[in-house]
Amino acid sequence: MPSDIRSRTRTILAEQALLNPSDVADDQSLQDLGIDSLALVESIFAIEEAFDIQVPFNANDPQASEFDISSVGAICGAVEHLVREQKGAA
Amino acid sequence: MKRVVVTGAGTINPLGPDVAATLAAMREGRCAIGPLDFRDVDRLSVRIGAQVPGYDPAARFDRQQLALYDRCTQFALIAAEEAIAQSGLSFDGELAERSGVVLGTSDGGHNTRDESYRAVYEEGKNRVHPFTVPKLMNNAACAHVSMRHDLRGPSYTVASACASSNHAIGQAFWLVRSGLAPVMVTGGSEAMLNFGGIKAWEGLRVMARDTCRPFSLGRTGMVQGEGAGAFVLEEREHAMRRGADILAEVAGFAMTSDASDIVMPSREGAARAIRGALRDAGLDRSEVGYVNAHGTGTAANDRTECAALADAFGAHADRLMVSSTKSMHAHLIGGTGAVELLAVIMAVRDGLVAPTVNHEAPDPDCPLDVVPNEAREAKVGAALSNAFAFGGHNAVLALRAA
Repeated sequence: MPSDIRSRTRTILAEQALLNPSDVADDQSLQDLGIDSLALVESIFAIEEAFDIQVPFNANDPQASEFDISSVGAICGAVEHLVREQKGAA
Repeated sequence: MKRVVVTGAGTINPLGPDVAATLAAMREGRCAIGPLDFRDVDRLSVRIGAQVPGYDPAARFDRQQLALYDRCTQFALIAAEEAIAQSGLSFDGELAERSGVVLGTSDGGHNTRDESYRAVYEEGKNRVHPFTVPKLMNNAACAHVSMRHDLRGPSYTVASACASSNHAIGQAFWLVRSGLAPVMVTGGSEAMLNFGGIKAWEGLRVMARDTCRPFSLGRTGMVQGEGAGAFVLEEREHAMRRGADILAEVAGFAMTSDASDIVMPSREGAARAIRGALRDAGLDRSEVGYVNAHGTGTAANDRTECAALADAFGAHADRLMVSSTKSMHAHLIGGTGAVELLAVIMAVRDGLVAPTVNHEAPDPDCPLDVVPNEAREAKVGAALSNAFAFGGHNAVLALRAA
């Protein structure tokens, strides 16, 4: 269920930001949420564990990674895509 | 205050089993990074590194020694043996009682820890080797160097991640400079190229996929290596009285802490350490010809380090040669500053500056002369060695030509 993937991803980001998932909106950036580089690496680890997927991400140059981290919505979309790609139909 | 000189150097690292082979490799600009070869490497996403090639512990140590010596200790003993042999010193009487050892390491007996955990957790064994503790403890390498050479003065281990060796060498420098010890053996050792060691580093997502390209556009991160470097630091009058061959003078040392972030480096903290080392050495910045950079090849370190050098050196930064030999031997973590000091000594003694290899194109964020790809002949009167660790620990050494 794609919507479930989105809400679980949002919950993971919300936990890192110490916010309620309902307070996290798709158009917010990680900076808006106060998620720094260490918290981002931890979030990606949590996403990989939650969905049993590999996220292509290099902390040296986050912008150049295939994984779009420009906003909460973009991250949710990218996770949906990876789950579909790596786990078959979600 | 006493003056302090280097009268012996030794190493074993991915570039070679001794100083001569290592300096020859640096001169050629040879890169020792390649596929990692150890158990379960296929379960890693990072599969490149710089191992000591063709290393056979059984050719160096007997069975009883190997029961007590982790790979980290073995490397330290090999490097210290070479350094002490070059110095021509033998320790007995009062000299033995006052001389000691300060070594750096980040993880000590990491292979012993990894193998023992594997035995109890994966293989379900209920027993580990009886010498597991004395083998894995962080001070084991230092202890064995002290025992082997009868060094009975101050001996201890310094652990400050990637700055461990520079901190250790700085401590040894202070002990000799203050007159507390006439001679100190110092340096650092690291051996954590194993499944658990790399698996932990993978998690940070700062490891390069291809190779280590410090200061170059297109760099993708750091690469891990292993090995050791060791030096004999000696009070200058003591060395001159016995007619020792002096390799270089250790002129100054400074330490600072960023007190800000556990992994992100700070331009201000690094610049303060560089300025502090110059001040401690009584060097004008225009006298420095070469800086052996920390230069890990991560986006964050290289950018920050170049900015710190620009701050500390002002206009002279444009005339400095700055290279990262990690491009050749990779990042030896707690042992790295010791192997890198060999390049510093080569610069001030032999007039040869080691290159930054694997350099593809200049990065506008790193606008310094990084001695790309080829070693360079140059007269260098004084040089620095930078080390900036996770934790925000910065340690910079200043050397002068003897």
